[in-house]
Amino acid sequence: MSQTPQILYCHCNYAQVVPKEVKEAVLRKLCESGVPFEAVADLCEMSARRDPALQRLTQGNAIKIAACYPRAVKWLFAAANAPLPLDRTEVVNMRAETADNVVASLLSMELKPNVPTGKVTASDAPAAETAQA
Amino acid sequence: MALADQSTLRIVLYEGAGATALAGEERFSVLSTLLGQGYAVTRAGSERAVAPADKSSVLVLGRFGAEKPETTTDSSGQVSVRFENLEDTAPEHVIAKVDGVRTTAGAVKQGDWKPWFPVIDYDRCTNCMQCLSFCLFGVYGVDGGQRIQVQNNDNCKTNCPACSRVCPEAAIMFPKYKAGPINGDVVSDKDLNREKMKIDISALLGGDVYHMLRERSEKAQSRFSKERDAEKALSERQKCLVKLAQSGDIPAEVLMSLPSPDEIARRAEEAKAKANAALAAQAPKT
Ligand code: SF4
Ligand code: SF4
Repeated sequence: MSQTPQILYCHCNYAQVVPKEVKEAVLRKLCESGVPFEAVADLCEMSARRDPALQRLTQGNAIKIAACYPRAVKWLFAAANAPLPLDRTEVVNMRAETADNVVASLLSMELKPNVPTGKVTASDAPAAETAQA
Repeated sequence: MALADQSTLRIVLYEGAGATALAGEERFSVLSTLLGQGYAVTRAGSERAVAPADKSSVLVLGRFGAEKPETTTDSSGQVSVRFENLEDTAPEHVIAKVDGVRTTAGAVKQGDWKPWFPVIDYDRCTNCMQCLSFCLFGVYGVDGGQRIQVQNNDNCKTNCPACSRVCPEAAIMFPKYKAGPINGDVVSDKDLNREKMKIDISALLGGDVYHMLRERSEKAQSRFSKERDAEKALSERQKCLVKLAQSGDIPAEVLMSLPSPDEIARRAEEAKAKANAALAAQAPKT
């Protein structure tokens, strides 16, 4: 299987938290580049729906996700029973980066995994006693 | 029907063999229209992998000329694959075609609900159950292993991040919140120690804070109802609610829609009992 990372773009549809000009410029540049990619309206809504598409996205190649904070994205996927492969996921933060930087990261063949390491799923979570010990 | 049980429609924008490619600007226009209406779109191509098919219905959009393919099923025979021709269709008219297919496929319309709900960072969570005790709307529950879980996402009160203030570990995120660390930004030691991250838990258990806030808002209402100048009363009340909302980070709409004090007490007892049962089940068996 090719190891070229998949690209996933989140449009963050139902809130103004990702600047409109950033998300639009990122989408426009992805479209102009001609690369294949996945685009979703709102990862938060998909997570709430436990959308199976999230599981598929985690099962293939390495993945680059244009969305928001890596910590939030990690646990949104986990909440939908679709834990991200921590060593094969790069989240590019459209709340904090410029559109040019986001697109450069997405199109680069180099993957820079940046999702917080630690537990992978909720079931790794400790019982209260262990955590408090 | 629960959100998780509703089926969705996956759209594939196909520009390979047998179809004419769209220009970059047209592609952007079609994609942004569809995303704006809540659809997920795969822009397929041979240079990079995209996600494989699952059980969602699939609609393939493309410029197929006179040769639009007929509806078919995937190799498993379970997924129906429909086609719509973008030939002679302006990007702004694509949505009508797609909505029609969504209805036929029995897929849900996304975007009718603002996805506002807590997301737990299990790297931080210690399973203390304070969030479960606190929430009066049944958002939290426990899984088979007695671990805290967000179960009823759509019960959460839009724009209310109050439970994230209750969590002693700053483990509760609301990705659409304006500021960190609640929005998922890195948690600093400063955040953990900051006064406004903490709410007196003893005051919260039993729903006292809701009770208190409601009483305050009711008192405010009765005081203002004596006012002759209705407009002034309204603006005063708004000011009061804004203040409450700012101090506790609880939106005015949430304050105004709280149930009666008796109902609050009942729900708080229920939530506390659920949390206690989960904690008791975790206790080491001796
Ligand atoms: S994952 Fe982040 S960018 Fe995507 S919809 Fe949720 S808050 Fe918005
Ligand atoms: S209050 Fe925080 S640490 Fe405690 S169970 Fe809830 S999320 Fe976990």
